[in-house]
Amino acid sequence: MKRPIPLLVAVALTATACGGTTQPAGAVSGSVTVLAAASLSSAFKDLGGQFETDHSSVKVDLSFGGSSSLVAQVKQGAPGDVFASADQPNMQALQDASLVGTAQVFARNRLEIVVGAGNPKGIASLGDLARPGLIVVLCAPSVPCGRYTLQAFTKAGQTVKPASQETDVKAVVSKVSLGEADAGVVYVTDVKAGGSKVQGVDIPDAQNVVARYPIALLTESKNGSAAKAFIEFVLSPQGQGILQRYGFLSP
Amino acid sequence: MRRAGDRVPIPLAVLAALGAAFFILPLVGLLARAPWPTAWSELTSSEALTALRLSIVCSLASTAVALVLGFPLAWVYARAAFPGRNLLRALTTLPMVLPPVVGGVALLFALGRRGLVGQWLDQLFGVRLPFTVAGVVVAETFVAMPFLILTVEAGLRGMDRRFEDAARTLGANRWTVLRRVTLPMVAPSLFAGAVLCWARALGEFGATITFAGNFPGRTQTMPLAVYVALETGRRARSS
Repeated sequence: MKRPIPLLVAVALTATACGGTTQPAGAVSGSVTVLAAASLSSAFKDLGGQFETDHSSVKVDLSFGGSSSLVAQVKQGAPGDVFASADQPNMQALQDASLVGTAQVFARNRLEIVVGAGNPKGIASLGDLARPGLIVVLCAPSVPCGRYTLQAFTKAGQTVKPASQETDVKAVVSKVSLGEADAGVVYVTDVKAGGSKVQGVDIPDAQNVVARYPIALLTESKNGSAAKAFIEFVLSPQGQGILQRYGFLSP
Repeated sequence: MRRAGDRVPIPLAVLAALGAAFFILPLVGLLARAPWPTAWSELTSSEALTALRLSIVCSLASTAVALVLGFPLAWVYARAAFPGRNLLRALTTLPMVLPPVVGGVALLFALGRRGLVGQWLDQLFGVRLPFTVAGVVVAETFVAMPFLILTVEAGLRGMDRRFEDAARTLGANRWTVLRRVTLPMVAPSLFAGAVLCWARALGEFGATITFAGNFPGRTQTMPLAVYVALETGRRARSS
């Protein structure tokens, strides 16, 4: 279902290219290394594939990891062209070290309660997570999603004792989908990526926390023109459309 | 018969020096970058001490479990002959090559709340292993026990069995021979295996965080606490 669309676009682009219209697409080549937060993995694989289809002489290499791990890698001289972070403080850290150019927010993400398929425990709100006997896993307060979760609980006036503080969002989803935990708090996009074994319970705006994802060009970039083209593509209506398919909100 | 030290052939000396540097350099790097002014207060913070205490208790407990279950297994592998013995040995030492995170997932499938055996533990006895101290011990034992099994099996195979035979001819029964001859003779292997097993359990990370989760004071052992601190510290220092 996903395949034919890039193909069609490729055909259309080739057609326009042959038609003699000067496309900026023709100007870039080489490879672009994109360092992106783990929560962006599915969406960025799709974005990278689409970008390669549009620019046949460009190869997009993707490297995913926790935002703070990626920051450490860049500081230690890991080669890369583009950095996409799951939160502002990590981007700020690289800006303070003059390792990235100007950052632009390219997506937003909301928090959602993740429960097993069918919501067997009948969880309807953040307050329900404080019910005794319920096994709740949350992100550790040291990672962005854990920080946002604490903010959401504060807004809701709740304190929840988790069974575990997982070090990343995916671990929270997997504990719920395996049935080890009854509920957790993660991003909307992670619930969507979690498949049919989990479902989401909405958190109202008044209690929700919105995560902003910034993207920037690394100053060490060896292929600035292609890297810039990739960032523009992520911000373009086409790129935004792909991100929205995975549950991200426009900036 | 001790000789006064061989002259090391030069190629060997070069490679040996390289091998030593491979271990020493990362340690030097660690020491060079350590935040010495705050090191003592950080090491003695209640969070670090809690994690350290939990690590020591859990690794010792899993070593004890490994001794109780691992010695009999090693004995069976070294002495008993039955079809499928090599396959069984391969299965019980699989955690040595399995990525620990995969081991943790496997434990969840077997002993988790919805696991093959775990669901019965939960329904019949109300026993839940994930997110508990017992879960940490299970995860550490799973990953560390193979080291004990293989060491003790090698010890049992290498020992002179004539002592056991002599004891038998002198009228000792099998149990007495095991207790009074075999165990004392393989004691060095048992000790070496237990130390290896304990060291592996102490440093265990992947299976623990996957099976038992991460909660300070309950399942957050030292390696987990270090990992979390690293994530936080980077942020604190960089922003």
